[in-house]
Amino acid sequence: MATNSLRTAYGEALVELGKDNKNIVVLEADLGKSTMSCLFQAAYPERYFEMSIAEANMASTAAGLALTGKIPFINSFAVFSTGRCYDQLRQTISIAGLNVKICGSSAGLSDYGDGSTHQSIEDMGLMRGIPGMTVLVPVDAVETTQMVAAMVEHKGPAYIRINRNDLPILTATDRKFEIGKLYTLREGTDAVVFANGVMVSKALAAAEVLAKENISLKVINVPTVKPLDRPAVIAAAAGMKAVVTAEEHSVIGGLGSAIAEALRLEKGVPLDFVGIEDVFGTSALGYDELIEHYGLTAKAIADKVRTLVG
Amino acid sequence: MNADICKIGHLQQKACELREHIIDMIHVAKSGHPGGSLSIADIVATLYFDELNIDPEQPQRKDRDRVILSKGHCCPVIYGVLAMKGFFAVEVLQTLRKMGSILQGHPDMKKVPGLDMTTGSLGQGLSVGVGMAFGAKALNMESRVYVILGDGELNEGQVWEAAMSAAKFKLDNLTAIVDCNHLQVDGFCQDVMPIEPIDKKWEAFGWQVVKIDGHDMEQILAAFSTARKSIGKPTCILAETVKGKGVSFMENVCEWHGMAPNDNQCQLAFHELKGGQVQ
Repeated sequence: MATNSLRTAYGEALVELGKDNKNIVVLEADLGKSTMSCLFQAAYPERYFEMSIAEANMASTAAGLALTGKIPFINSFAVFSTGRCYDQLRQTISIAGLNVKICGSSAGLSDYGDGSTHQSIEDMGLMRGIPGMTVLVPVDAVETTQMVAAMVEHKGPAYIRINRNDLPILTATDRKFEIGKLYTLREGTDAVVFANGVMVSKALAAAEVLAKENISLKVINVPTVKPLDRPAVIAAAAGMKAVVTAEEHSVIGGLGSAIAEALRLEKGVPLDFVGIEDVFGTSALGYDELIEHYGLTAKAIADKVRTLVG
Repeated sequence: MNADICKIGHLQQKACELREHIIDMIHVAKSGHPGGSLSIADIVATLYFDELNIDPEQPQRKDRDRVILSKGHCCPVIYGVLAMKGFFAVEVLQTLRKMGSILQGHPDMKKVPGLDMTTGSLGQGLSVGVGMAFGAKALNMESRVYVILGDGELNEGQVWEAAMSAAKFKLDNLTAIVDCNHLQVDGFCQDVMPIEPIDKKWEAFGWQVVKIDGHDMEQILAAFSTARKSIGKPTCILAETVKGKGVSFMENVCEWHGMAPNDNQCQLAFHELKGGQVQ
């Protein structure tokens, strides 16, 4: 039945969408068995281009394919598909507004064993800074599937940030996904958490704990970091005693920054971030151990909410 | 033979006219890159007035041939030729680099009719050409893709990534044209970063290599013809050129890479170019 793996869901979604839409082509930089673009390769080998360990060339080649009407998806680990290709994504793809889709796989700390060189803590920030770039962070496998379909429909460059590890399913299969929309997963009246990716389930756990202390925490999943629905963010924050963001990313440039930018003209909003505090990642034997080390926990969210609520 | 001589004379005249536009627009803009625009002018004139399958009435036609000016700073040469071909009015050339102009300091495909790609960050154009050539083949189109690179630009590692992949995918509809004018911003290529022998490098990467005098129309035409006949291999045309070609005081002078002529220099250049036209 349904997978809990976001990357498997990603690969399967490409295969499913590619069945009818022959314009979808997939480019890979020698990590197909990790990004799961290999599923597309098996289904449609003639529309799969192994570009090997040359990410910059892969990104610019995708630009050329887009200029002939194709819908190229480029794949690598998030550190490489955003960092190593940044100039190509900015100069060649985004200034020209080309219809290239970028997959940042094994994002955040999710490649726990490989350490700092392979853990992307700033990719949301890099992508968010590019005018016209859509930035998407799926919470689970179901949302990943819906998101890939939306990326195909969307015209223009779009980035999807995919966690390497299995995550709990929080999204109903019949939910409609729209780029730019916020999704409330738990209602609350005292405080609100804006979270995405792995941190949404942590926020829900924090809400459970706080409920026992009579603090009512609203939990909002923000799968689209850009374009951010600013009026919806302002409305959700209005009257709350605490606004906390939670992300598997540096507190500089990611979801927290985006929410702070959205609320910048609102008076008296008590705001705090849960995220990585401007340091690189490190190797660990397990994912849970690592995100705990960086304070990406339900406890950290609950603590920040309590402090602000007072 | 007479027809050929006539054609070559016609192309030489177009190249001369193109050089005048280059000097004029950079003079008016008071900044820009004349040296590398002049060095590639004969090749660009031949491409647009003889080789390319393009239609100014339908600049977006799907099966058109495409050109990527990977050395985007030399856009005056492309702006000039596109205006001469009628993609937009020649008067527009006077707006180069002005606020609101379609003619940006580096070429923007969203603004300029007939321009196939946005460029400016060196080293990326050949990869884009690989994608376009792929796309054309996938659509069973006869389109050919031409990418113009500088010799200094070959320092960018991505050029060689693209070279690898074009050979792997047997893109015989792709032609790289390297403007070997031997100068870059900081000096002579051989001093800044020696990469000779260039021909052997392209050959080693699996390309058909044609070496020509980039100012000899006959050789340029022959090189394009050789490229067209290639089966299963992309072609690299290594064009031996003179930076600043056609304006004696700009020739082989490093500073004219990115400097605009003043009023006197502009007049002198025109005088020389007009003289050339009479020949």
